[in-house]
Amino acid sequence: MAGGTASSGGTAADTYKNARPWLLLPAWAFLGVFVLAPVFMMLVYSFLTKEFRGGVIWEFSTAAYDQFFFNRGLFGDEPPTIEWTYIAIFWRSIWQAATATLMALLIGFPTAYFIATRPEKLRPMWVFLITIPYWVNLLIRTVSMKFMLRDNGPINDFLVGTGLINEPITIINTNFAVQLGLFYSYLPFMVLPIYASVERYNFSLSEAAADLYASKWVTLRRILLPAVKPGVVAGCILVFVPSLGSFLAPDLLGGAKNFMIGSLIEEQFKGNAGNWPFGAAASMVLLTMVLILLLIFARQQARAQKGTG
Amino acid sequence: MKALLRSSVAVLTLGAMTSVAAADGQVVVYHWFEYIPQELVDKFTAETGIDVVMDTYDSNEAMLASLKAGGMGTYDVSVPGDYMVKIMASEGLLDTIAEGELANKGNISALWADPSFDPGRQHSIPYQWGSTSFAVNRDVYSGDISSTSILFNPPAELQGKINVLDSQGEVMAMAALHMGIPQCSTDREQLKALNDMLQSAKQGWASFNSDTAKEVLVSGDAAAGMIYDGFSAKAREEGANVEYAFPKEGYIAWMDNVVLLKDAPNRENALKFMDFLLVPENAAALTNWTRYGAGVEGVAPLLDEALRALPEANPTADAGKTVFIEACEQDVQAVYDTIWTNLKK
Repeated sequence: MAGGTASSGGTAADTYKNARPWLLLPAWAFLGVFVLAPVFMMLVYSFLTKEFRGGVIWEFSTAAYDQFFFNRGLFGDEPPTIEWTYIAIFWRSIWQAATATLMALLIGFPTAYFIATRPEKLRPMWVFLITIPYWVNLLIRTVSMKFMLRDNGPINDFLVGTGLINEPITIINTNFAVQLGLFYSYLPFMVLPIYASVERYNFSLSEAAADLYASKWVTLRRILLPAVKPGVVAGCILVFVPSLGSFLAPDLLGGAKNFMIGSLIEEQFKGNAGNWPFGAAASMVLLTMVLILLLIFARQQARAQKGTG
Repeated sequence: MKALLRSSVAVLTLGAMTSVAAADGQVVVYHWFEYIPQELVDKFTAETGIDVVMDTYDSNEAMLASLKAGGMGTYDVSVPGDYMVKIMASEGLLDTIAEGELANKGNISALWADPSFDPGRQHSIPYQWGSTSFAVNRDVYSGDISSTSILFNPPAELQGKINVLDSQGEVMAMAALHMGIPQCSTDREQLKALNDMLQSAKQGWASFNSDTAKEVLVSGDAAAGMIYDGFSAKAREEGANVEYAFPKEGYIAWMDNVVLLKDAPNRENALKFMDFLLVPENAAALTNWTRYGAGVEGVAPLLDEALRALPEANPTADAGKTVFIEACEQDVQAVYDTIWTNLKK
C-alpha cells in the first residue's frame, strides 16, 4: 500500500510510466463490482427511510444520520443535543484498535528485524513459521484465545501454580482481552511489511553511522527507522483498519458487553433493531474516517518523498 | 450430508410439482432445517398414502420473506414461532381452520388451546415448545433461585459472574417480568425505570452471549446465566452442576406451530397432516426426537423416561406463569431499541 508506492519512485517508474494501462482493467472491473458498487449501494441506503423489522422504503430521509449525531432523548421528542453514544462507541473502537496496533508494532518490529538479519537461506523458513498459525480459521483462533485467558485457563493456572499470584486475574471479558485478541489476529500484517522494508535496508548505512560514533539507539532512530518507515506505516494501517471494524474479538473475548463499531453495525442488520439505513449510515461514517486517515498518511508520504528527492 | 441431499431432492421435487399443478396425494411442508424425524414422515405416508414434500428454512424472518416474495400458493403448511404466527396472520398469509375441520383439535392440551398469538387456534396447531429462564451453578451459589433478582440484582456470590442472552427480545421480556410491567409498555415512567434498572443490573453481568450460553456455564466463565431449557439440560449432561430456575415473577415461553397457509394447493392433505401431528403417539415420537415439549394431551406416558424426569420440563410448585415475547408496535419498539443501545454502549 502506502509503503509500496512511496518506495517505488525512481527511474524504473519513469521509464514504464505510460506502458500498458489496460493491465489494470481486471483490477478496475473487480473493484467496480465488488467494492465501488456495494459502497455506492450503502450510501444510497443510508439516505432511505427504514422499514419496520428490516428493509428500506424508497423515500429520501436523513433520519439515519440524525440518529447518529443528535440525541432526542429516550422518547425522541426532546430538543436535540449532541449524541455522544455513537461517538463513544467509535472512540472505544479506535482506542482498542490503536492499542492492538501498538502492541503489534512493539512485538512485530523486533521480530521482523530479527528475520531480516538471518542468513538469506533461513529467512523464508522464519516467514513460513510466522504464517503457520494463520492457516487456522480466525474464529477458531479467537475461541482458543478464550480458552487460554479464562479464569481457570492455562495462563491463570500457571501464574497461580507458580505462586506469582494468589487469585486468578480476570482477563476474559475485559477490554484488554479484546486488545490481545485483535493484536494476535493481525500480527503477521505488521511483521511482513516491516520485514520486507528491513530486508531491503542497506546495513552498511548502520555500519557507517557506527563508524561516525553514533550510538546504537541513535542509529536505530535516525538511520534505520526513517529508512523502513514505509513498511512500518503499511503494517500499522494493515493492523489498525481491520481491527477497527472487527466484531469477532469483542463478541467472544470482550463478552459483547459494549458495542464496537462492527457489532453496532451488525445489530442494525441482524439484530432486533432491523434499522438498515442506520447501519448503512454508521458504515459510511466509518468509511469516511478510514479514508481521511489514509489520505493523511498518503500526503505525509508524498511530502516526505518530495523532501528527500 | 444425508439431510442436505434430502432437502435438495425435496426442492427438485418441489420444482417439478409446481409445474404439474397440485397433484393429488401430496402435502408441501415449509419447515425448519432438521426439525422432524424421517420415520415420522414415512409413517404419515404409510398411513395416508400422501407424499410429504419438504423445503427448509433457518429463521422465522427468512421464511416470512420467502413467502412474501412469491412463495404463497406453493406451500401448504409452515412452522413459525409464536410471535411470527401473529405477524403472518396480520399480513394475511394464513388460512382459517373452520370448526370441525381438524378431527384431533381436541387433543391440544388446555394450556395451549387458546394462546395469545393465535386466539382460539384459528390458524395453527402446536408443534413443539420450550422455555427460556436462567440456570445457576449450585457449586457457586446454594441459596434461593426462584426469583429474577438472581439476574437483575444478584447476590454477592454471583456478582460479575452472570451471562445474559445477547438478544434484545429475551432480555427485555425477562426485565419486564422482573419489574412487573407490560412487555411493550408505553408508560414513560416505567420505561425510564426499565432503562435505569438495566443500567445498574449490567454491573453484575460478565457477558452477553447466546450461542455460547451453555458453554460459559460448563466452562465456569459464568456461574449463572439466562438460558433455553434444552441448553440447561445439556449443560448438566456435560458436567456443570446447574439448576434451571422457575422464577416466581414468571419466565419466557416459546412455541413453534404448524400453520395452514392461505392458497394452500393441497388444503385437504394439509389438514390430514396437522391431524396426524395431533395424535399423542406421533407427538410423543416427535418430542422424543427433538427433546422439547409437545403441546398435545396424553403424550406424557409415551415419553422417554429421561425426558419425563427432566427438571427443565417439570416446573416447581411456586413457578410463575410463562409469557411469550411480544412483538411491539413500531414507535414503541423504537424506545426499546434505544434502551438496548444504552445498555450496550
